[in-house]
Amino acid sequence: MIILSIILIITGVFFFFTATFGLLRFPDFYSRLQATGKGDTLGSLLMLAGLALYNLSSGISLASILVSVKLLLIAVFIFIANPTATHALTRAGQDAGVEPWTKEEKSK
Amino acid sequence: MIKDFDNIIIKTVCRILTPFLQIFALYVIAHGHYSPGGGFQGGCILGASFILLVIAYDIDTVKKRMSEKLNTVMCSLGVIIYAGIGLTCLILGANYLDYGILHRVLPVDAVKARAMGTLGIEIGVGITVMSVMISIFLNIASGGKHEEGAID
Repeated sequence: MIILSIILIITGVFFFFTATFGLLRFPDFYSRLQATGKGDTLGSLLMLAGLALYNLSSGISLASILVSVKLLLIAVFIFIANPTATHALTRAGQDAGVEPWTKEEKSK
Repeated sequence: MIKDFDNIIIKTVCRILTPFLQIFALYVIAHGHYSPGGGFQGGCILGASFILLVIAYDIDTVKKRMSEKLNTVMCSLGVIIYAGIGLTCLILGANYLDYGILHRVLPVDAVKARAMGTLGIEIGVGITVMSVMISIFLNIASGGKHEEGAID
């Protein structure tokens, strides 16, 4: 069980890393939002699932199951809230008139 | 300057999430002596749930649920709960906010009375913090006019 949770946490860290890499290297507002919106959601889901499993590995009792259920509730909350926040930011950017990046603009 | 932001995804998610936010805020207030949290933090989350509704809908929707009058009354009510518990301790012969003495008026022993007194104080603080948060946000967001939409 510990090995499975370690695998989940390392995968989550990898997705966080790619999300941050995309945030730093992508050219414009929308593609940066796309990187962080997807990467952060999946990364935190995997890390919270790994932590819930790790918490159960030291012995299954009522208290540890309760803590794991709370962690999974946080994961459900992030799964709903994070894409919505990304959507709201994108809409706000579109309404404020942020132009998407194109290749022609770069060659100027 | 906020345009007509008629977006069904944001509105639906905010409407669904708000009750869970408020339950979590009550949990933070009630569970404050065993885990991180307490009156201030829970009150801030309660206020933030209303601010989320203002952002997703508009000010009128929130004022239908939490009118200006009710908000002001609750703002004072929290302070009255706080000061009332403190003064009850004073009247019963202990120091201000020395909850142990409350076992003379509550049907529990001194240790339980101390815990109950702390919970009462945190409820009072939570109510006041929530109302003040909503009031500050509404006044800043509408320039003091409390009209729908937002700042021009």
